[in-house]
Amino acid sequence: MMEFVLWIWGFWIARTVVFTLLVTVGLLLAVAYLTYAERKVMGAMQRRQGPMTVGPFGLLQPIADGIKLFSKETIIPEQAHRVVFLMAPMILFALSLIAWVVIPFDKDWVLANINVGILYLFAISSMGVYGVVMAGWASNSRYAFLGALRSASQMVSYEVSMGLIIVCVLLVAGSLNLQEIVLAPRPFWTQVLLFPMFIVFTISILAETNRAPFDLPEGESEITGGFMVEYSAMTFALFFLGEYANMILMSAIAVTLFLGGWLPPFGLAFLSFVPGIIWFALKVAFMLFVFIWARATLPRFRYDQLMRLGWKVFLPLTLVWVVMTAGLLMTFNALPGQNDGAYAYESTANIPANIKAEQ
Amino acid sequence: MVVQALAFYLFAVVLVLSALMVITARNPVHSVLFLILAFFNAAGLFVLLGAEFIGMILVIVYVGAVAVLFLFVVMMLDINFSDLRKGAMQFVPIGLLIGGILLFELGTLYATWQFAPAVQEKLAAAASVAIEADNTKALGEILYTKYFLPFQMAGMILFVAMIGAIVLTLRHRPGVRRQKVSLQHARRAEDVLEIQKVPSGTGV
Repeated sequence: MMEFVLWIWGFWIARTVVFTLLVTVGLLLAVAYLTYAERKVMGAMQRRQGPMTVGPFGLLQPIADGIKLFSKETIIPEQAHRVVFLMAPMILFALSLIAWVVIPFDKDWVLANINVGILYLFAISSMGVYGVVMAGWASNSRYAFLGALRSASQMVSYEVSMGLIIVCVLLVAGSLNLQEIVLAPRPFWTQVLLFPMFIVFTISILAETNRAPFDLPEGESEITGGFMVEYSAMTFALFFLGEYANMILMSAIAVTLFLGGWLPPFGLAFLSFVPGIIWFALKVAFMLFVFIWARATLPRFRYDQLMRLGWKVFLPLTLVWVVMTAGLLMTFNALPGQNDGAYAYESTANIPANIKAEQ
Repeated sequence: MVVQALAFYLFAVVLVLSALMVITARNPVHSVLFLILAFFNAAGLFVLLGAEFIGMILVIVYVGAVAVLFLFVVMMLDINFSDLRKGAMQFVPIGLLIGGILLFELGTLYATWQFAPAVQEKLAAAASVAIEADNTKALGEILYTKYFLPFQMAGMILFVAMIGAIVLTLRHRPGVRRQKVSLQHARRAEDVLEIQKVPSGTGV
């Protein structure tokens, strides 16, 4: 019996380690090629070529950039608070990695299928601000400090409406577990109801990841690169990796909450022969394309406009939407758990029949 | 079980040490950072207790919002803390007195604390209910039924506090130019633009 338990333990640990390695390495590769995709896509949008000299179609460009960053000298400013200065990029990077444990990649592909998965994600993403603030403070530089202050207020502002949007999704799905959110039956009309929230969420994650058009914390035209101004070589690379990994993470959260995660699109049963992880990756890639698209299209917001959008537009809108969603679900007897779990409208169009049968 | 015990001691030791560092660190920003570490470890303890919802809420509310504001304020304040510390030693007797009184009160409370006789059965009954529903659901069910009124009252008090803070800091400054987005949106090209044909060789 004891041996058996140990064997199971060993198996579990081995599985966890392998899975973790896969996720980490995959994520780093994804980040590398996200930078490549960004340069190529923006190049195409601006009628340029993008990177094209290193390797075929410039495909080895991210590798070359990585090697360049590795081999440069790390400079720590004289006036910097050394420990905090070095800890900031590590925290940002570590946070962008540890959030992935709860993301469901496929039917059984989730490292920790915890009950409060979405709260965990929210907690981790709300901590991302510390990396930035610590970097800005520890650099002991005006530009870096201004960037950090901007970033802190921006991230705190948009988190509020993000939380309310998540509540809307939870009302429909009836669970905090991400796998259950993916597999929750969603009648067509609730998807229509959630669609505006998906748009608001997409805009909020642009602000939350400090991406254009909300990239004021970096603002190279006025504060010369913001909180990253004093960072070089590996410390800068960690920031860069963390920021892009955060973009992928936020896309993955949006996909899990709104786009059906690893399920095939529109609940088409004949598409479910494609492995779920492929659908998941495709959907995340679509969200990332939107990130790049927005950056190539929109000019940067002014700071007061950014705050106005967060507090005066998104916050009231999402608050009203939470009440409305709850009210509608209640009225049509479609709250999860109401009516013994049976839905008033049995058009659970989002889950393909064969996957539903397996459950 | 061993893993849980080890995790408990890890969280507990780090929690106590970082709490100590909060009050002993020389740099106030370091204090706040240690405070965040303390919150985090407290959340870890909650998760170990099986109260994962409370653990996560602790991180979201305290680490994600309250401590950010602390950090913000402490970073913005440019106080010379060595000046503040100069006279600090003269307050030590008072501090010790207050600490001693608090310790005594807590001690008497702990010594006279008793459980109601039937509490064990009730505890067991509660546990069996909690295991069936996950604890988010269990919390929600009790919060919105049995404790509905206190819960709403707490919300109201917070709301009033929020309004109070806004009223205290609100001031209307004359002569400030603000962007009025609705007016901008309402502007039409016909209202502000006039196309004029200018014959060549003459001015407008």
